[in-house]
Amino acid sequence: MPRPGFVLDVDRSTPPIVFHHGEGFRLEKLPAGRSRVLYPGEPLAPLDDVEAAISHALDHPLGDSEPLRALLRPGMKLTICFDDISLPLPPMRRPDIRQRVIEAVLDRAAAAGVDDVHIIAALALHRRMTEDELRHAVGDRVYDAFAPSGLLYNHDAEDPDNLAFLGTTPHGEEVEINKRAAESDLIVYVNINLVSMDGGHKSTATGLASYRSLRHHHNVQAMLDSKSFMDRHSSELHHSNWRMGKVIRDAGVKIFQIESTLNNDTFGQSGPMSVLQKREWEWNARDRASFVTMKAALDRMPVKARRAIFQAWKAPYGVTSVQAGEVEAVHERTTHNVFAQQLVEVEGQTDVLTMGLPYICPYNVNSIMNPILVACLGLGYFFNMYRGRPLVREGGVVIMSHPTSSEFHPVHHPSYIDFFEQVLADTTDPKEIEQRYEKQYAEDEWYRHLYRTSYAYHGVHPFYMWYWACHGMAHAGKVVVVGGETKAVRRLGFTPASTLQDALEMAEDVVGRDPTVTHIHNPPLVMADVT
Amino acid sequence: MKALLFSRKPARYAAAMVAGAIRPGRGAKFGPLSLRDVDLPDRPGDDWVRVRPRLAGICGSDLATIDGHSSRYFEPIVSFPFVPGHEVVGELDDGSRVVVVPVLSCVTRGVTPPCAQCQAGHINLCERIAYGHLEPGLQTGFCESTGGGWSTAMLAHTSQLVPIPDDMSDEAAVLVEPTACAVHAAKQVTAGQVAVIGSGSLGLLTLAALTAHDDLGGSPKSVLVTAKHPDQRRWAKELGATAVCAPDELERNVRASTGSMKLDNGQLTGGIEAVVDCVGSEQSLAQALRIVAPGGTVHLVGMAGQTNVDLTPLWHREAALRGVYAYEREDFDTAVELVQRLDLGRLVSATYPLSRYEDAIEHAANAGSRGAVKVAFDLRDERERNW
Repeated sequence: MPRPGFVLDVDRSTPPIVFHHGEGFRLEKLPAGRSRVLYPGEPLAPLDDVEAAISHALDHPLGDSEPLRALLRPGMKLTICFDDISLPLPPMRRPDIRQRVIEAVLDRAAAAGVDDVHIIAALALHRRMTEDELRHAVGDRVYDAFAPSGLLYNHDAEDPDNLAFLGTTPHGEEVEINKRAAESDLIVYVNINLVSMDGGHKSTATGLASYRSLRHHHNVQAMLDSKSFMDRHSSELHHSNWRMGKVIRDAGVKIFQIESTLNNDTFGQSGPMSVLQKREWEWNARDRASFVTMKAALDRMPVKARRAIFQAWKAPYGVTSVQAGEVEAVHERTTHNVFAQQLVEVEGQTDVLTMGLPYICPYNVNSIMNPILVACLGLGYFFNMYRGRPLVREGGVVIMSHPTSSEFHPVHHPSYIDFFEQVLADTTDPKEIEQRYEKQYAEDEWYRHLYRTSYAYHGVHPFYMWYWACHGMAHAGKVVVVGGETKAVRRLGFTPASTLQDALEMAEDVVGRDPTVTHIHNPPLVMADVT
Repeated sequence: MKALLFSRKPARYAAAMVAGAIRPGRGAKFGPLSLRDVDLPDRPGDDWVRVRPRLAGICGSDLATIDGHSSRYFEPIVSFPFVPGHEVVGELDDGSRVVVVPVLSCVTRGVTPPCAQCQAGHINLCERIAYGHLEPGLQTGFCESTGGGWSTAMLAHTSQLVPIPDDMSDEAAVLVEPTACAVHAAKQVTAGQVAVIGSGSLGLLTLAALTAHDDLGGSPKSVLVTAKHPDQRRWAKELGATAVCAPDELERNVRASTGSMKLDNGQLTGGIEAVVDCVGSEQSLAQALRIVAPGGTVHLVGMAGQTNVDLTPLWHREAALRGVYAYEREDFDTAVELVQRLDLGRLVSATYPLSRYEDAIEHAANAGSRGAVKVAFDLRDERERNW
C-alpha cells in the first residue's frame, strides 16, 4: 500500500534534504524547530491492464456521451488530437500512454470503416515536435501509417488557411481553433493529465487554438485571477477555457475526450535515480552511497554531458486511470485521480517557501532550461501547486535553487533570447511588458517563420512564461535564487544567493527573525491543500 | 619646450606595430614617439599665434598612429616629425582660453583664393590639404609646421581659435573638438531609427549629439547603442540611448526591434535605417552592412583603415556607405553648447603629465576595459609651460 504524501516537521535529527538543482542536486539542512518538508505521496498502484482500461473507458463513456464505437461511421471526418512534448515530465518510457490510446481509437475507427483520419499534435504555440518525438508519443506503427502521407502533423497556429473562427464567448473572447479539427465530425482528444491544470476544455480550446484566441486567457490579469491555476474552480485561466469550450460545443464541434493519469513513479524503484523518490531519513547505506556517487559524478561533468544524461531519462510511470466521454464529466474524474496522487493537506502558510528546481519543465524537453523558464517553473508551476491558499504567505519569501545559467537553446527559444536581452533589460513588470512588448513579439514575422518552419516556440511564448509567474511575483515579498548565475538572476529581478543559509538570512530582512520555512519536495509531484 | 614628437623611423614604426598588436597602446614604448625638448616652429604668417595647451586629449586616430595601424593613405598628408594632439584647450599669450579647430584649411595654408569646399564652409573637405605654405598635414597634430597639443606650446591660425566661456572647465573644453566631430556626424543622420556601433568616446559623444536632436534641428531619434563594457553601458544609458546591447547582440536586437527576417548568414532582410559606425574596423563595418535596412545608410564615423569587407550587401540592398570626417567651423559652436548642457566634462576619466606618456597612451588604448572614456594630457603644471 503506497503511503500518501505528508508534512515532516524538521528537528535536529532530520538529515539534510535533497534539493533539485538543475542537472544536479544540493543537500540542504533546514532550520530545526521551524521548518517542515512537504513530501509527495508514493506512487499509486498502476493499472494492471492498461489496454483493458482503455477499452473500458472508450466503451463506457462518462457524462452525456455515447461509446466511441457509436460515434464512428463510414465517410466521417475523424481528427485525433493529442498532448504534445510538454507532457509528461520527464517523458515516459515506451509505450507512451498516447500511443496506447490512439491505437485503440484507430482500431475502432478501422472497424467502423472510417478512412478520413487526421492525427494532430495539439501544441498551441509550443515548438513543433520532431519525428523522433512524434514517434515516441504515438508509436512507430501509427507514425509510419499516417505521417508519410501527411495525415499526422503538428498543429500550426499561424496558418491562416487552417484556422476556423467559431465565435466569441459572452466575455468577448474569440474562439479560433484548428480548421480540420473544427470541421471534423468528431474530435478525439487524447490527453495526459500530469497535473490538475491540464485537460478539460483546456485541451481543445488551448491546444488547438491560435494566438488570437489564446491571448484572452494567457495574459497577466487572467494569471493574477487564477489562485491557483492548478485548481480549476479558482482559476480564471480555466473559466475562460470553459467558456470557450461552450462556444466550441455550440458551434457543433463534437469532442470525445480521453484523459489519463499517471502515478508518481518518476525516477523508478531501482537504479541510481530511485533514491530521489525516497525520504532522506529512510535512506539506507546503499541509497546514501548511490546518491553521493551520483552527485559527485554529476558535479564533475561538463554541463552538456549532465544535460544529455538527464534529458535521456524516461520515467517508468504507471498509468493510474483512463476515462473517456464528455469533456467536463471526464475531467472531473481525472482531476479527482490527479489529486489522489498529488494532493497533501498542509496546515497553514509559511513565511519562507523553498524549492529545488529540477532540470526540466514543460518547455525544455530535449532542450535547455533558460532563465525565463526557471522563473516560470518556480513561480509559475511550483508556487501554484496549491489549493486553497498559497503555501507561502503574502509578502513572504520564495527561495529557489537552480543554476539559472543565461544559456538559451538557439533553435527552440529564439524569442526568449530577445525577451531576456531586450524586454527584461528594460522592465520586469508583467503588465508593462504585456502592454509595451507583447504585440511586437507576437506578430514578428521572423518568429512566426521559425515557429512554422523550424522548431521554435512562438514569438509570444516567453511572455506567457513571464505571465505564468506573475501571481507568484505579486504574492511574494522577495524571490531569492540559490546557486544561480548572478547576472541572470538579477536580470529576472530576483536576488542571488550563494547558499541556502545566505538566502534564509536575506529572507529574514523581509519576514523577520526565525521565520517558518516550508520546503516543497518536488518532483515527484506534490500539491499542497493549504487550510 | 617639451613635446612628444612622432618621427619618421621605419624600424621603430614596425616595432610599434608588433607591440601594439600584442597589447594596445604599447606602441608608445617601442615606436617612434618620444618626449623631447624642441623649439616652437616658426610662425608661418602674421595670423598665427602661440597657444599653450592646458589639456590635450588622446584620440583613436592618435592611438592608431602610435600603434602603427593607421593607413598609408595618410603618408602624403602628414609631415614628419610632428607633435600629435588635436583635441586641445589652450591659453593664448593674453591669458584667454581657446579651443583649437585643428583642420588645416585653405585659409591656414595661405591658399588664395580658397578652394570651393573651403569657400562653402566645408573646411573638413579642403581640396588643398597638402599644399600652401604649410607642410602637409590634414590637421594640427599631424603637421610639422604647427606643432600639436601634446606639448607645452604650439601654433594656431587665428581662424582656428574658438573662445570658450569663462565658466567652462578645461575638462569640458577638451571635449569640444571630439564633440564637434559627433555633432557633424549627427547632422548627417536624418533617419529616425539609428544604431550606433561603439561606445568609446566618439560613440558616446555621437550618441549624445544624436539624442540632442532639438539643438541640431533634427527629428527625435530612437538610438540603439552597442557597449562592450559595463561603464560604457552606463554612460550610454545616461546619454540617452533608447537601448544598449553588447556588440554581439546587435544583430538580434535590430532584428527584434525592426521585425526583420534573418538569413542563415546573419544578414537581415530588413534592418535599421541608419547605422553609425564609430569603430571603423572590419568587423564593425561588416556588422553595419548586415543590419542596415535596404536603402539605408552606414555612416562611417570611426577612422577606417585597410579592410576586407564583403560589399555584396551594400550592392544588393542598395545601402549607402558614407564617410563622416571631422567638422565645419559652426559645429564647434553647437559642440560648446552641448558640452555645457550635458556636462560632458565628466567623460574625462584620467589625465597624465607628458612624462608619463607611455602610461597615458596605454590607458587610453584600453580605456573601455579600464572604465575610462577620455584620457588626456594635463599640461597645466608642466614646468616649461610656465616659464
